[in-house]
Amino acid sequence: MAVPILKQGPFLIASIQSALTDTDLVQLRDALVGQVGSYRSRGVIVDVTALDVLDSFASRTLRDLAHMVRLRGAETVIVGIQPEVAFTMVRLGLTLEGVATALDLEEGLFYLDQKLRSTQQEG
Amino acid sequence: MDEVSVRISSDLDLVRAREQGRVLAGQLGFTQSDLTLVATAISELARNIVRYARRGEIVLRQAEDGGVPGIVIIARDEGPGIPDVNRAMEPGYSTAGGLGLGLPGVRRIMDKFEIVSEVNRGTVVTVTKWKR
Repeated sequence: MAVPILKQGPFLIASIQSALTDTDLVQLRDALVGQVGSYRSRGVIVDVTALDVLDSFASRTLRDLAHMVRLRGAETVIVGIQPEVAFTMVRLGLTLEGVATALDLEEGLFYLDQKLRSTQQEG
Repeated sequence: MDEVSVRISSDLDLVRAREQGRVLAGQLGFTQSDLTLVATAISELARNIVRYARRGEIVLRQAEDGGVPGIVIIARDEGPGIPDVNRAMEPGYSTAGGLGLGLPGVRRIMDKFEIVSEVNRGTVVTVTKWKR
């Protein structure tokens, strides 16, 4: 099942609607890494609220996605990790190291806005 | 539903197997957190089947110990087997370029863990989670 990717200003928002297979996740990763270029996006939000499992493969794929997007010059923030999913990830030692996370879509947009503003000030 | 078997031969089956696990553990009254632990353990075990053996099955069975209900997850395949089971249980070990968190991670989040593997014959991993 393909994940819809919405363009909102300088950002891309991928809103996962249901459980994803490994193939779906890899497709999402590649689509976002590509679309960051076609839309010249500055940030990516991946909303995982609907995911009831984030296992080692999903964690690794999200981490790879964030790092690949960063190499393309944009920021990624993962939003909506549910409490019990966070609990399981901690027990498994899956940390999403080096990846920004936020509570929900609103906080994710706020995070990216701040990031964009601070880069513009620096530049 | 006392026992259910899910055939595993593609990554779509991972999703089906963990949904089944969630249903069974839910019927036994597991907490939301424990339902997620069970579904995640099934996901890891089923992925190992697809990755290393290509096909196999996940059997989900109801268990009981002194009035406490539990769920038994059996991951069975007739794949290449694991030459060094002890090494496969070490954190960081993986032959398919994964994080190596699969089996040690599953052992950590379940209450009981057993693995029997024979080279060229296959692997059976049996894990149990009791209701808290």
